[in-house]
Amino acid sequence: MRFEDLLNEAIFAISANKIRSGLTILGIIIGIASVIAMISIGQGAKSEIVKSIQSLGSNTLTILPGGARMGAVFMGRGSAQTLKEEDVEVLKKIEGVVNVVPVVQRTLQIVAPNGKNTRTSIIGATPEIFSVREISIEKGSIFNEEQVRNISKVAVLGKNIADDLFGEENPVGKTVRISGINFKVIGVAAPKGGVMGMVADDLVFVPFTTMQKVLAKSEYLNVILIKGEKKEILPQIQQQATLLLAEKHRVDPKEPDFFIISQEDILSALTQITTIFTIFLGAVASISLLVGGIGIMNMMLTSVTERTKEIGLRKAIGAKNREILYQILAESVLLTFFGGVIGIFLGWLISLGIAKFAHIATQVSLFSILLAFSVCTAIGIFFGWWPAQKAAKLSPIEALRYE
Amino acid sequence: MKLIECKNITKVYKNEVETWALKGVSFSVDEGEFIAIVGPSGSGKSTLMHILGCLDTPTSGQYFLEGREVSKLSEDELAEIRKKKIGFVFQMFNLLPRATVFKNVELPLIYEGLPKKEREEKVKKALRASAFPEEFWFYRANQLSGGMQQRVAIARALVNNPKLILADEPTGNLDSKTGDIVLNTLIDLNKRGHTLIIVTHELYVAQYAKRIIALKDGQIIEDAPREKAKTLKLIKE
Repeated sequence: MRFEDLLNEAIFAISANKIRSGLTILGIIIGIASVIAMISIGQGAKSEIVKSIQSLGSNTLTILPGGARMGAVFMGRGSAQTLKEEDVEVLKKIEGVVNVVPVVQRTLQIVAPNGKNTRTSIIGATPEIFSVREISIEKGSIFNEEQVRNISKVAVLGKNIADDLFGEENPVGKTVRISGINFKVIGVAAPKGGVMGMVADDLVFVPFTTMQKVLAKSEYLNVILIKGEKKEILPQIQQQATLLLAEKHRVDPKEPDFFIISQEDILSALTQITTIFTIFLGAVASISLLVGGIGIMNMMLTSVTERTKEIGLRKAIGAKNREILYQILAESVLLTFFGGVIGIFLGWLISLGIAKFAHIATQVSLFSILLAFSVCTAIGIFFGWWPAQKAAKLSPIEALRYE
Repeated sequence: MKLIECKNITKVYKNEVETWALKGVSFSVDEGEFIAIVGPSGSGKSTLMHILGCLDTPTSGQYFLEGREVSKLSEDELAEIRKKKIGFVFQMFNLLPRATVFKNVELPLIYEGLPKKEREEKVKKALRASAFPEEFWFYRANQLSGGMQQRVAIARALVNNPKLILADEPTGNLDSKTGDIVLNTLIDLNKRGHTLIIVTHELYVAQYAKRIIALKDGQIIEDAPREKAKTLKLIKE
């Protein structure tokens, strides 16, 4: 039997009962569409997270102070005052380190001349923060070393802050009040996006010294950022930094009073979560696919029983068992295939709809499409096998006699 | 060489009790013969037809088709023989109701794996040989009358140019007038050289045959040319 004939016969058989075939296909469509849509949500979340972690700057390590203790109560990571400016100099000596940026961060009120105000994170850092965090400037400029030395009261606004305070106006050259002190806006950062409180667009950057002396009035650092030459040497840098800082702080390197977090750590922890999330969503959606598959089996069993006589005839005129088997399998695979194609399309539309109306990032990957296709074919074969076997094994005499 | 040679064929169905459908049947058929196998229901004529048509295998005994023993072949080998050498005409026509006349006749060739063009030629030839009117070629089978449907079935049986045409009560579902037309179509094929075996319990069908094989209780009770067959006379009286 030729392949094209096999296909023609299968189409002919499926079209015999269009409503029934359509409803059966609908089961597969719903199954595949929900798998595609669900996985797209999971993968969308994953790619968002990867993107925003990467937006923190590539090849960077983040050092946070350790947790303070009030008696036996651990106050949480970053609550202690253990990081100082001297630490920066120590870290700069490590081989492969490109930049070390001290950061003092406070959440403060910022007021525009027009009276609009907001409360946000003010970052005091050296100018390298812009290159380390890969923040580019849309308008104006960043502050320079001299302004850091001079404790200049200048600020670079994140995109969202600039929009909130000034709207359409150009903020560069205007004056804002941070914590009651006048700052001159010298630049606006280009929009960048980000995730979970790390959104650069919501930050305001001021020179490190200004933050230390004028706003925070504190010597202690909240964060030290280290940028390495390349990704491969980050673990080495991390190890070196741990040893050097522990030595400087006179603590045991095994129980340091600070934490070093690499982007990889954050990324792998978060991607693990999203992977579990994706698998969970996919598994829930697969249940409907399974139900669809059972629908296929049900239809094929009914169809084989209905066509007992026809199958008997086909055998009488020379169809081999194998040819009957292939014919029935071709029918069920074709059903799932049609369902799969429409389902993928529908799932893709749903994921677009989710992205548009629910503002959840979605991503339909080639992988999930290929997966859907192979799952479809597998379902067709798996759920078609039993009915096909049943048909192939029919005795032609019995089948021809069947009423 | 004989077309068919049956040697002491038996068929036993084993359910709760053993049923001997055929109890040692031997006969042979030359190419080009026209035989009617007659007998009351339960005489074993259907079983014999199934074995002759390679739809079933005998419990014991030998069946040679064109000199090849086929009684012990596998299912697939039997299918191959049915496809190449045997054409069936059934009482219930057994057409694909939604398919066109053309497609119904084409069906055996699909399992042959012939290319489209070659198939079309053969289908046309078979339809013409069974004198099927050309204007109905692309009608769906379920749009046709019983007589017409049976002629489609005959064309289908013919399309592989088989040595042997087996007809099981071919007129059983038709009135006598259309039955005649169908019968004449079959007789015509016989005249053109196809060996024809009709299984029937209808006297008027058997009358056309050149040779009568009468079965009763799984045994041949008479095997004679039509003119001499006592069975026919018995039934007549």
